[in-house]
Amino acid sequence: MTRSPFLKRITPQLIILAIVLLLNVLVLPDFFTVKFQNGRLFGNIIDVLNRGAPTALLCVGMTLVIATKGIDLSVGAVMAIAGATAASLVVEGQHWTTAVMGALAVGALCGAWNGILVAFLRIQPIVATLVLMVAGRGIAQLITEGTILTFLDQGLIHLGAGTVLGIPTPILIWLSLGSFAAFLVRRTALGLLIESIGINEASSRLAGINSRVLLLCVYVVSGIGAAVAGVIVTADIQGADANNAGLWLELDAILAVVIGGNSLLGGKFSIVASLLGAMIIQSVNSVILLSGMPPEFNLVIKALLILAILVIQSPKVSHIIYILRASTPPAKVDRPNPAKELKR
Amino acid sequence: MIRSTHLPLIVTLLTFVLAYALCASQYPTMLSWRVVANLLTDNAFLGIVAVGMTFVILSGGIDLSVGSVIAFTGVFLAVILRDTSLHPLTAFALVLVITTAFGAAMGATIHYLDMPAFIVTLAGMFLARGAAYVLSTDSVSITHEFYDVLQSMYWKTASGGRFRLIGFVMVLTFIVGALVAHRTRFGQNVYALGGGAGAARLMGVPVASTTIGIYAVSGGLAGLSGIVFSLYTSAGYSLATVGVELDAIAAVVIGGTLLTGGYGFVAGSFFGILIMGLIQTYIVFDGTLSSWWTKIVIGGLLFAFILLQKGLTWASTARKKAATGFIAQS
Repeated sequence: MTRSPFLKRITPQLIILAIVLLLNVLVLPDFFTVKFQNGRLFGNIIDVLNRGAPTALLCVGMTLVIATKGIDLSVGAVMAIAGATAASLVVEGQHWTTAVMGALAVGALCGAWNGILVAFLRIQPIVATLVLMVAGRGIAQLITEGTILTFLDQGLIHLGAGTVLGIPTPILIWLSLGSFAAFLVRRTALGLLIESIGINEASSRLAGINSRVLLLCVYVVSGIGAAVAGVIVTADIQGADANNAGLWLELDAILAVVIGGNSLLGGKFSIVASLLGAMIIQSVNSVILLSGMPPEFNLVIKALLILAILVIQSPKVSHIIYILRASTPPAKVDRPNPAKELKR
Repeated sequence: MIRSTHLPLIVTLLTFVLAYALCASQYPTMLSWRVVANLLTDNAFLGIVAVGMTFVILSGGIDLSVGSVIAFTGVFLAVILRDTSLHPLTAFALVLVITTAFGAAMGATIHYLDMPAFIVTLAGMFLARGAAYVLSTDSVSITHEFYDVLQSMYWKTASGGRFRLIGFVMVLTFIVGALVAHRTRFGQNVYALGGGAGAARLMGVPVASTTIGIYAVSGGLAGLSGIVFSLYTSAGYSLATVGVELDAIAAVVIGGTLLTGGYGFVAGSFFGILIMGLIQTYIVFDGTLSSWWTKIVIGGLLFAFILLQKGLTWASTARKKAATGFIAQS
């Protein structure tokens, strides 16, 4: 009984993903071929999973933030700060585990700053996180002193470019963190509490939910997710680029959450659907690359994708669908409508 | 007595005067007309876009697409002047029509689909940037004699400062913007919408046409800003003006406009722009500070002004609570 609503929830995302992957196969017939060479897996599908790691890591926290009716614009800048921290600690001669811990701590601190602004000073999330989005890249450049900090620490590089049992490390990191978060919110009451804040914060507080601490925690989780993504990106290119690390990734993360059928107005959410959304975005990127279409079309296609989802999610359109369904004979109403899953 | 709605504007004005006095005490040459003229010229495109952003934010919305629209306008003008024999004035008119229609389409989407402005204009941002990429990924230079004529139009002061045409365009935009906001029905409708869409509808404000009008104005001004930017750089480049929307939002907030909408002044945004330009000029004068300090200082100012707004809101709710014994929101 518990599995079937879950499958029903992610069906639209699975269908979209299947269609996009099918397009990939049409463009490149051996898209799914996976080879094992030099002790690691190679293949286009592995590439999609690997390259999608930063977006996937960001969208875990972003899903929770959006479920509370908030938004976190600062994740791209936090990625840059965390990457710069990790790189500068390694360059100073620290062990790479210390560097990663430092980066995570900085990410949590950034998240806590956002959380305090939103939960305690009651500033609208879009404004509160805008401050760090504007100032964050400046702070990252302050840490790297305006240069691109390069490093050769094998331990840190392993996180971005290495493999464990033949599987690239970033894939393992996002899969494990994503499933941990999904289980944590669904096997405990946490997910329900977060949803209740998004639906009506005042009444959830009256019902005894400590909404302020919970809001703070949600932004801290988002900051930590951004820090992990920042470390992976930094490790992958073996350098901290304060200007370009995570640039516009906050928008990709928000897009992934929206493709995952989560309403921007808060409330019900599904982390798994968001992760599928992240993979859909990466698969779209892959189609554009493989088909030899100029990468310039990437943004146009993303924009059309958002518009299509907007139309499906729109309260007005779902109201029209509702009226149409109500006015048709009941025999036709039996089939579940995918649009119904997308609306809140 | 100072009304609390005017307080943010006064704080902005004082900040600007104080900052300028500090800069001038350290570098007396900053008081020259040359610096003032450059301040206007260098921030002309940002100023024009900030006027549009002020209207959007006054109505309680947000427009993330303006930076991309500026880039699109630049590339469009460069490509059209390179490939066709159209006169630049015709091209200007054409691009203004396109960008205004683009803004209107976003406004219509926001109103009729009942979606948050944030996500709709995000799609617009991708679309405009993508369209610019599709036109050309390279930087296309503009070499037209009419551009030279426009660029050589300036008013020179005795001390050598050059007030260029684009600076005048910005000041004119601000004056017209202020008149529209405070002296026309459309302007009052914008304020009403920002105060509360439901109440505005009940009052008989045409919500649909006002929303579409606001985003059309923002799109059209972004197009004008793109024309000014192409005059400023003599080129069109699809990667230009990334993140200008954030600068514009920051300038509007520093200018004392409430981000929830309903309160604010177009003139405030003018001083917001000047404060941001002043920070950059100071960093150039200093020479030892790096450019990233600009971002940090602007972030800090943004934070300070948001706190100020929050404090004012608290003060007024506390007064209400004292009067009625009831508080709606914590």
